[in-house]
Amino acid sequence: MKKVAYFPGCTLRTKAKDLDKYAKDSANALGFSLEEIENWQCCGGVFTTSKDEIATKLSSVRALAYAEKNNQILLTVCSACHNVIKQTDNAMRNDSEFASHVNNYLKDETYHGTARVMHYLEYLRDEVGFDNVAQKVVNSLKGVKIGAYYGCLLLRPNSVMQMDDPENPRIIEDLIKALGAEPVIYPYRNECCGGYVALEDAASAKKKSVSVLESAKQAGADIVVTACPLCKYNLEKNASDVKVVYFTELLAQALGVKGDENE
Amino acid sequence: MNKETSKIRDEIIRSSGVNPKKCMRCGKCTATCPAFDEMEYHPHQFVYMVENGDIEPLMQSKSLYKCLTCFACVDRCPRGVEPAKLVESVRLAVIRKQGANHLTSDDIPALLDEDMPQQAIVSALRKYSK
Repeated sequence: MKKVAYFPGCTLRTKAKDLDKYAKDSANALGFSLEEIENWQCCGGVFTTSKDEIATKLSSVRALAYAEKNNQILLTVCSACHNVIKQTDNAMRNDSEFASHVNNYLKDETYHGTARVMHYLEYLRDEVGFDNVAQKVVNSLKGVKIGAYYGCLLLRPNSVMQMDDPENPRIIEDLIKALGAEPVIYPYRNECCGGYVALEDAASAKKKSVSVLESAKQAGADIVVTACPLCKYNLEKNASDVKVVYFTELLAQALGVKGDENE
Repeated sequence: MNKETSKIRDEIIRSSGVNPKKCMRCGKCTATCPAFDEMEYHPHQFVYMVENGDIEPLMQSKSLYKCLTCFACVDRCPRGVEPAKLVESVRLAVIRKQGANHLTSDDIPALLDEDMPQQAIVSALRKYSK
């Protein structure tokens, strides 16, 4: 089975264990295994754009250095980890002054910009192939109307993330189709849920999350899928009758590795 | 613009990598900002206020803590100005000062509920404190 270096992130070990577990179980069913990298540290949850922010990016660089040394692909599942690590990778590749400051800190773990950061969704699309995912589906989700919720972190800034068209993405919709379900396109699928501002201003996050959910509901979605624990939290706090699930849970369900629903 | 203001302005422009002169004042950043109605100063105002050295009101404003870092203004600016990077650099100019954190770890327990993911806490601390 092909092994892929995996950065889980803080929340996948705590509040978002489902996102992690179903990602691993589904990977095994699809013929690859997620090998957690050694001594990973929290990415910090959000990227600091300032060029002179060095220390806040070191944990991401250490993960990148590990992947560079061992495996070349560094796989992420959480949208936030993916965004932070990918933007840090970009800074290391394109800002030589920043890179030299960082590498001075890291001594034996220096990073030279050759790791390949991939989100789990990209791995499914580009390495496994959605056609092959479709062939492994045992519980087709036929008839279920699912809205992909990208939020902001998977797609932006597009010049760095390069996952998909940032205004008209299809990667999650293509996965939904591969699982037999019907993707629902709705206007707010790539707008922000309110993010970390929810911590001190729940009303602000509520406004944004309700807009997203209303938009999905009006377009006919029964379920909204996300790759981000914070999106899930904000949407669920403000949910009405639209269910919010991790994309990995849906995948595991379709692949028949989710186990007993009532467990 | 006095010497001190000019120094802060140059520092903000340098650390953000933003060139405010590229702005053509179309307002698309503010139009697309999901936090716009919670902000006293909107993204397009950050751009021209930094350019003009009118930075003190920005540093005093709660707008700094309403930005979601969603990069909507960064991606949708037709001139590639990237206003969110200016917001970040102005915020850093505030919270890097001794004792000027907007949020401390002692504030966290009172803000939590049992479902709040760790991601929210680490993100807020990264944005609001040094």
